[in-house]
Amino acid sequence: MSNHGRPLSPHISIYRWPITMVLSILHRATGIAMSVGLIVFVAWLFDAASGPESYAVFQSVMGSLTGKLLLIAWSFAFFYHLSNGVRHLVWDTGRGMEKDEANRSSWLVLVGTLVLTAVFWWAAA
Amino acid sequence: MAEFRLPKNSRIKKGKHFAVANGASNVRRFAVYRYDPSSGENPRLDTYEVDLDSCGPMVLDALIKIKNEIDPTLTFRRSCREGICGSCAMNIDGGNTLACTRSIDSVKGDVKIYPLPHLPIVKDLVGDLTNFYAQYASIKPWLQSRTPPPPDQERLQSKEDQELIDEPSACILCACCSTSCPSYWWNSDRYLGPAALLAAYRWLVDSRDDATGERLDELEDPFRLYRCHTIMNCTQTCPKDLNPAKAIAETKKMLAERKY
Repeated sequence: MSNHGRPLSPHISIYRWPITMVLSILHRATGIAMSVGLIVFVAWLFDAASGPESYAVFQSVMGSLTGKLLLIAWSFAFFYHLSNGVRHLVWDTGRGMEKDEANRSSWLVLVGTLVLTAVFWWAAA
Repeated sequence: MAEFRLPKNSRIKKGKHFAVANGASNVRRFAVYRYDPSSGENPRLDTYEVDLDSCGPMVLDALIKIKNEIDPTLTFRRSCREGICGSCAMNIDGGNTLACTRSIDSVKGDVKIYPLPHLPIVKDLVGDLTNFYAQYASIKPWLQSRTPPPPDQERLQSKEDQELIDEPSACILCACCSTSCPSYWWNSDRYLGPAALLAAYRWLVDSRDDATGERLDELEDPFRLYRCHTIMNCTQTCPKDLNPAKAIAETKKMLAERKY
């Protein structure tokens, strides 16, 4: 499409993000993060299948502070993607699409994710 | 595709500053996007100090005051000054809205004014809406009826049928919603955008229209309709408080329901 050499007006750099937009981008980001996390999941299975030595290496890496933080981040990504996915399912039925409803459900998803992540790690500990 | 950085010719440079005359006590600064097609220079951000004691309450009042008293080269669209023509749609304080219905008081700090996002800019705050209007035309925004009208009267609707189209008919095509949508930023060549889809919905649910099937056929496309990811920016920003996101969700539902 020719635009006669006209400049493009600024978009993402000047737009004030509504909370629903923040959650939408976070949904995609957590989806990508979970895909990356699958590599670690495969490494876990691989190391478990390769014997006690390799499993010990895996355990020491994931047991380190960095490893633990990554695991917490991945579980957050999972619970976020799950909660927000349920919200999308509700939206697909045509419900919860009013502005105030969507804003309220945004906060519900965020709080729900934090609670689920906390309960998950509390139960794991 | 998502291009986050502006092209080289679109990056915004520092502009001129227009200070208010001495003695004004109630001064607000307006930072306004400027682009002069005859200069060959990049867009810039000019700042104007405006004495609010001698200015109307709305952002449009300030723009008109700037044009009348400070800088006559400033270019923007405006007409009705009461939120019904949709001409003065622009990005004010980070959100798309109508300059005539947005009060200066509702903005904290400097008032930043940009054209509607991700449009080719003709001059200053005037974006090129050719594609936007073509997309509106593409959904055939008129009544398509196969049945002859009753011989002695108009095509009547029940009150309930009329209520279905009340809200989507109130759209003024200001383009605030479509240009607020990231999906539309990245895919406006193929995604119709919330405004055109709201208009499409208005005819889908019109009890007098007989082309529902064909209209749905036209929309059943990975890009035209399904680039909507329910980001909700359209509904959040609509200056008429309409709900394009919901209309799109209902359209997706109609498509799903006719399959099964």
